[in-house]
Formats: sequence, structure tokens, C-alpha cells
Amino acid sequence: MTVFERRLLTRNRGPGLLEKFWLIPWGFVLLLCAIAAVGYVALYSAGGGSPEPYAGRHALRFGFGLVLMLGLAMTDLRLVARLSWAGYALGVGLLVLVALHGQVGKGAQRWIELGPFQLQPSELMKILLVLALAAWFHRAGEERIGQPLFLVPPLLAVLLPVGLILKQPNLGTGLITLMVGGAVFWAAGVRWWKFALVGGAALAIAPLAYERLRDYQKARILVFLDPESDPLGSGYNIIQSKIALGSGGLWGKGFLQGTQGHLNFLPEKQTDFIFTMWAEEFGLVGSLAVLALLALVVIFALLTALRCRSQYGRLVALGLGVNYFLYVFVNIAMVTGSIPVGGVPLPLISHGGSAMLTSMVGFGLLASVHVHRDTEFGAGGD
Amino acid sequence: MSRREEERRRALFTRRALLLGAGQLGLLGFLGYRLQKLQLEEGERYATLAEENRISTRLLAPPRGRILDRAGRVVAANALNWRVLLTAEQAEDVGATLATLSRLLPLAEGEVARIERDIRRRRRFVPVVVQEFLSWEEMARIEANAPDLPGISVDVGTTRTYPLAEHLAHVVGYVAPPAEADMDGDPLLSLPGIRVGRAGIERHHERVLRGRAGTVQMEVNAVGRVIRELDRREGVAGREVRISVDAGLQKAVRDRIEEGTSVVVMDARNGEVLAMASQPGFDPNLFSSGISAAQWREWTRSRATPLINKTTNGLYAPGSTFKMVVGLAALEARVVTPTDRLTCPGHYDLGDSRFHCWNRRGHGALDLRGALKQSCDVYFYEVARRLGIDRIAAMAKRLGLGVELEIELPGTRPGFVPTREWRTRQGKPWNLGDTVVHGIGQGFYQLTPLSLATMAARLASGRAVQPHLTQAIGGRPVMGARAEDWPSLGLAERDLKLVREAMWAVVNEAGGTARVAQLPPGLGALAGKTGTTQVRRVSREQRERGFRVESQPREWRPHALFVAFAPYDDPRYAISVVVEHGTSGSGAAAPLAREVMVEVMTRLRPPAAPQAGGAAEAGRLAEAPPPARGRP
Repeated sequence: MTVFERRLLTRNRGPGLLEKFWLIPWGFVLLLCAIAAVGYVALYSAGGGSPEPYAGRHALRFGFGLVLMLGLAMTDLRLVARLSWAGYALGVGLLVLVALHGQVGKGAQRWIELGPFQLQPSELMKILLVLALAAWFHRAGEERIGQPLFLVPPLLAVLLPVGLILKQPNLGTGLITLMVGGAVFWAAGVRWWKFALVGGAALAIAPLAYERLRDYQKARILVFLDPESDPLGSGYNIIQSKIALGSGGLWGKGFLQGTQGHLNFLPEKQTDFIFTMWAEEFGLVGSLAVLALLALVVIFALLTALRCRSQYGRLVALGLGVNYFLYVFVNIAMVTGSIPVGGVPLPLISHGGSAMLTSMVGFGLLASVHVHRDTEFGAGGD
Repeated sequence: MSRREEERRRALFTRRALLLGAGQLGLLGFLGYRLQKLQLEEGERYATLAEENRISTRLLAPPRGRILDRAGRVVAANALNWRVLLTAEQAEDVGATLATLSRLLPLAEGEVARIERDIRRRRRFVPVVVQEFLSWEEMARIEANAPDLPGISVDVGTTRTYPLAEHLAHVVGYVAPPAEADMDGDPLLSLPGIRVGRAGIERHHERVLRGRAGTVQMEVNAVGRVIRELDRREGVAGREVRISVDAGLQKAVRDRIEEGTSVVVMDARNGEVLAMASQPGFDPNLFSSGISAAQWREWTRSRATPLINKTTNGLYAPGSTFKMVVGLAALEARVVTPTDRLTCPGHYDLGDSRFHCWNRRGHGALDLRGALKQSCDVYFYEVARRLGIDRIAAMAKRLGLGVELEIELPGTRPGFVPTREWRTRQGKPWNLGDTVVHGIGQGFYQLTPLSLATMAARLASGRAVQPHLTQAIGGRPVMGARAEDWPSLGLAERDLKLVREAMWAVVNEAGGTARVAQLPPGLGALAGKTGTTQVRRVSREQRERGFRVESQPREWRPHALFVAFAPYDDPRYAISVVVEHGTSGSGAAAPLAREVMVEVMTRLRPPAAPQAGGAAEAGRLAEAPPPARGRP
């Protein structure tokens, strides 16, 4: 422990360990358990009415994730703040590693093998980016935010991982990362007109960017514009998902009774289309109930951000909230045929170890902000 | 950073965070709206799509109706067709499985390649046929070795079999895969492996025999694999058709006749066809298993025309068997009386032409009975001259010659009887000499053996019976089994009696032309008429040099014909025999007719009292609801 850190901790020790445990937002933890339970039920059905091969592992992973989350929740937020840039560097390093040695999955280099675990660094990167940007803007008063030069380093910090992710290529995650970064910039107080400027520039280069997209990415965008044009090809997923969702009706077909999912008309039902699986069996009532649970998470993140006394905590909570919101929105908008298929899972419901791990890390940090909402950071954001 | 500055920063954050939060919740609200739209507003539409996705309806082929003979013997049946199938998905190694299988069941050359091609063309869980028509032993061998044959399964379909093979082929017909022209909108016809009647009863009663398709609704998954059966609606089996032919008699008759011979035996009282034999025939079973191109070529190109039923499609001049028609026409028109005698000097002169009697020495003075009995040509030359062709043709048609008959055999030819008007349409005059020649059954006539048998039946019964085969459909008798079902010919009984008696004399009286056809004692008397028709004109020169038909090549010899009915006292059976190039009616056709008639009478003799069977039949008919007139 460095001298600086000791000084920091002795000046304001913050809550004690037991106190921190009580400060953990248990309602939020319960909410996450409810969402994970929804995932268990849906995966049980996707497994053909059996905990094998999805639901059982899902529960196990959530259990591990919960421990990790609680651990993170009690970790001192100031320590997290100090390590933000180190984490950022680690994230970028992993992305580079994936670019060099990553496993090829679905035509994209996205995965990295970490012993028995597979890690998708782009997922982790979004969280690490939020931390880094929050650390950067934590010190900045209105005056400094107004200086264009002050904004250049964080802008580069956003564009570097976004570029690496797009190169994988993973269009969806790349765009989400960009939006998460943008949300932190926005909450930190960057002026409207600067967003307009960057947005305008982005629109100008969009046609050029489209030319550089991979064929399957172009196909996704084109099929989105007219899904019926290719019912057995790229549009098949969207159409089948809509059929499964729509045929669920108000009350659904009943648990394990979803025909489209069980007869494999539904593609990737245990991952990207798990929400469809649920909605077919439990109808509009079930799908709106889950949507409400997910909305509660978003609201919790927002309230946590508003309540936090440190700018770092506020920005972290807001950024993580936006990150989570984008997962949920892109996934459900995708399965309802509202936006192009993006390959984005639904956190805590979709099957998949990497997504579960990163989600729980995010929720752990969010809980940590909640726990440390009144903890003072140094002298006025220095 | 000052406290004020910090507060301003927090206020800005709060504003922007709330704006962002509102945006997020708004977008989540949008998702809720989308879900509502999909699941509630359009839910029904998607539910329909989902059902279409998962439910696949398949047709079930109903069993084809059997065909029975008059004694209830099965003459067309559905046999089990054992097949070996291979499901690629279940076989670890298709090549290895086939290799093991070929040790148990030799596979023809090229079959392995065909099977592998079939597998590639289908989804891997769809079985392909390895071999059909397995014997029971082959089946057992495969079943016993099932553990060594992953992916191999055995299933059973049906195939049409004809136990009498070629003996009833011309009557029962055969089945074949439907052609474009057979597609009548019945979805059943689109089923693989379905067969439709192509000839004979199989074709005539196609709709009756076919039945109606059942349906089975299957739940299938995204790749079309059947998960389970949801609903099954059995089809309606094809109805059984009972025909009037006696299978045993038919076989006995066909065994007796040579190539080029036709025999038709009918029930004279109601027109039921008891036997209908034409040589040579063909084996209809070969069509069921798929006929080879070589076999088909052989059948269609053969001069003996095995595929053609000569009793319904063979066309012959009737010769002297036509003389009853002329005689009846003459009596009805009163151009002669039964007692009028005409003198036969052995020839008949008309202008510059001389027409010979078959008996060059002449028959002397003859009345109609004597002229028929001795088959005097001169008598009928003169009578025909007095009648004119049109009155002869009208009588012929009344007796069933040269008209469409109601026989249930598609493609049956009506035959032809000339008229003056027909000749005029051809732009040629009808000469008196033509009439004279047509008086003895020569000339433009083209008649089928079936129509000649019909004539004999009508002469015997005095009723306009129609030759027919159908006795019952689905157990319900059809109209036409009783004599009363048929209208009277409207001929004077006195005239008919005279002609019948003359026909009796032909066989049973000294001087008759068909004494050889006399039945053995105890079977009653046969009444008939011979006919011999030239296929080549004999020139005067040949005649003078002592022409003998026996020395001619076979295909130049005359056809031999005989028509008859029996027993004379109570006519029950009518028969026509045509022996192509048989040389003479009395020599070839009459003895054969006798043999057949003995066969008929011994086989079909009613059990006790002669009318017992008929009465029982009539009683049964009375109970049944009155069937519609005409046969389906």
C-alpha cells in the first residue's frame, strides 16, 4: 500500500466491512435473482424440459457470479477508481490478444480461452471503459469540460477499443461501446453542440464505413430493412422469432408447450433468442413482466447514480446502467424485429458464461457505487 | 473544485441523467408496445403461421377394392409388398451397412450407386428404398441380422396382384402409375406409389375401387422430421367389385384355345359374361412391379397382339352366323313366310354376276328353317335382295351387332354394319350385288366376338340383354341380374321360335352343318350356327384348278365362327367362338364351342332344382334397395 493510499484511507475510512455488508442493496440482489430465475425457467424449456444442458449450468454460473458481485460490492470504490486506467489498459491488451490469437467463433475473432473459461474481452471492455472515463471526468469541473483539448484523451480512449472491436469484426458490440462512451461524455456535461459535431461527422463517413463492413454485416442491415425478402436465409431468424413471439398471444402456450422453440424453428433459442422462448410460452403477460424486471434494473442504476455523492460513482453507475440498458434494448428490439440482428445476449437470462461473468462484474460495481454512495473521494475530485 | 462548483456539476449531471433515464424508459416502453403489437394485435396471424410451421398434412392411401369372380374367388387383390429401407441418419456408415446387407440380399449392379444417389437427394432421416418385393425368407434373414444392419428397416406396402395372371388380364385389366391424363383432381393420385386402373374392370371401376384418401396430421420440426402424429382420419377403402366371370371356367376355356382364338360365354338370360377368353394374353402382375421397356416392346410389337382383347376389339365378318339376322328381318318384313320355298341350284344370278352357294351342287327347294340348317347361301342372296341392306342393318343393330354395348371394358369396339347411307357418304353407290353379298354375312361387316355372343343371347332370350361384367359393387347387387331387367326385343315370338328351332336343327338334325357340336346326353340340346369367312378372295381360276384351303398358308385360310345357345328348351348360356384361320366353322369352331359348353354346363350347373339359384338371387335382390338403372 502506497503512502498516498494510506493517507486516503485514514483521512476517510468510509464504512466498515460489516457496515458495507448491510449497505449492499439486497432488493437489487433479489431482483437479479428473479431475473436469473426467469433465465433458468426459459433455459429449462430450451433444454427440452430438462436442466441439461443449459439451465443447470446457468444456475451454477449465476451462483459464482453472485459471489463475485458481492465481493465487488464491498470493494472500496476509491480503489476501483485508482485502478481504472490499469483496468482499461488490461482490457485493450486483451482485445489486442484476441485480435492476434482469439478463437474464431461465428466468423469473428471474439473469444479468448482462459483455462476452462471463455472470455469475450469486448464485453469486459465496455465496463472498463466506463471506469476509465469516469475516472477521467471525476476530476473535471465545468471549466475543464469546456476545453476541447481536455476531451481529446477520453475520445481516443473510446475510439481505440471501438476500433479493435469493429475490427474483430463485431458491429453490434462496437456500436454499443461507442454509445456507452457517449453516455458518459454526456453525463459528464459535454456540450450538446459537440455531440452534434461528432454525430454529423459520423453520418458523413457512414457510407464509407458501410463499404468496409463484412458481407454478413451488410446482409443483416439489408435484411432488417426487408426481412421477408430472404425468408430462408438471413431473414429466417427474424421471421421465426416474430412467429414464435406472436403465436404466444396474451397468455402464452404454457410452460414447455412452445412449439416453435421446441421444434427448433427458433434459431439460437438458448442464447440470443431466449426472450422469444420465454415470450412464446408465457405470452404478453410473461414478456411484459420480464420487461418490467429489466426496467427496474435500469431504474435502480439511475437512482444509484443520482444518489451518489461522488462524480466517479455517479458516472460509473450511469455508464453501467446505460450499458445494461443497451443489452436489454438491443436484444429485445432484435427478437421483436425492431432492429437488425446483432448477436447480443440478454444479461442473466441468455445461456453463456462470458456474458454472465461480465454482467455480474458490472452489477457488482454498480452495487459498490451504492454501498459507497456517501464515501468522500479525496479533496473535491482531485 | 469549490463546493458551489461541485453542486452545479451535480445539478447538471442530475438533469442529464434524468433526461437519459427518461429516454431509456421511453425506449423500453417502445419495446413493450412492440411486444403488445406482436403478441396481441397480430397474435392470431402469427399463431396461424406457427401452426403452418409445425403441422404437415400427409395423405394415407386407402386399400384398393378387391375384384372377385362370381363365386367370390379373388381375382385382383392387394398383396403385401415387403421393402427394405435405409435411413442414412441411423446408419453410422452407409457403405458398410450396404456391404453387410448385400451378403444377405444380393443387390443388383448399379443399385448401390442408385441408393447413394437417393440418399443424397433426400434429408438424412428420410428412408430410401433399397429393394422391394422381398420374399418371406429374405425378410426373415434381414430381421435376424438387424443388429448388424444399423439404419436398415423393413416396411410393408401393398401391390396389386392377379392370382389368375394372364387368364383374366383382358377382363380385369391392370394398374399402373397415373399419367397426366389420369389426374382428375383427386389428391390421392399425387401420392408416391399410387396406381390407377389402366384397362378392363380396373379402369372402368377406377373411382369405385380407389376409395378416398385419409389424412394424417403430423407435427414436424424445422427440418421436417416427424415429431408425433396429431390427428389421423382414415380414408375410405375402395369398394369390392364382384364380376360375373367364373374364374375356373375362364381358365379352363383359355387353356383349351390356341393363339388367335376368342371365346365369349354369356348368360343368355341377363347378359352376364361368364367367360371371355382371348389368346394370347399377358401377365398383368408385371405391370404392378414396373414393367421393363423390353417386355412392353415385345407385347406391343407382337403380331399376336397379346395386350388386345380380341373378344371386344377383334373385328371379323360374321359369315353365315349372320343368317339369323337376315332371316328374322325377312320374317318381320314379310318378304318370305316360314313356309315359302326357294330353290337353290348352287348359284344365284344377278344381272351379269353369278354368286355361288357354298354347296356347288345346290340345295334344291328350301324353306327358311332348311336354309338356316344347311346354311344355304342362295336362299339368303334372294331374301337379302328382297329386304335391302337397310332393313338388314336395322335388325342387326336390334340384335346387338354394330352398336355400342354396355360392357364395362374401356376401348371396346362397337363394330360395324353397313347401310346405304354410309356408302353414299363415302361417295359410292350401293349396288344390289352388295346387298346380296351382305345377305350371307360377307362384305363390309366388322363385328366383335362379344357382339356375336350378344346376338346369340338375344336370339335365345328375346330380350335386349346387354353384355356386362359387374354383379355387385361393395356387396350391393347392380341392376341387370334378372331377365325382367331387360326390355323385350319386340320380335314376334313365332319368328324367334322358328330361328331357334332352325339353329337346333343345325346341330341336332341330320343334314345340319354342325352335327359335331351335339352335346352329350343329359346336358340338353345345343342350338347354333356355323360361319366361315374368307380372308382372301378365291378367284374363278383357283376354283377351277381344284382349290383346297388346307393347302393354303395359314394366314390365308378363312376364319371359323360359331354362335350357339343351350339348353335349347330353356336357354341359359350363349356362346360365340371365333378361330382365326380355323378354315371352317363346322370343322374348328363348332367342336370347340361344344367342348366349352360342356365345361360351362358341368361347372355352372345349378345345385338342385334348375331355378333354385335364380330364385335365391331374386329374393336377395328384392330385399336390397332398388339400384339405379345402368351400371356405374
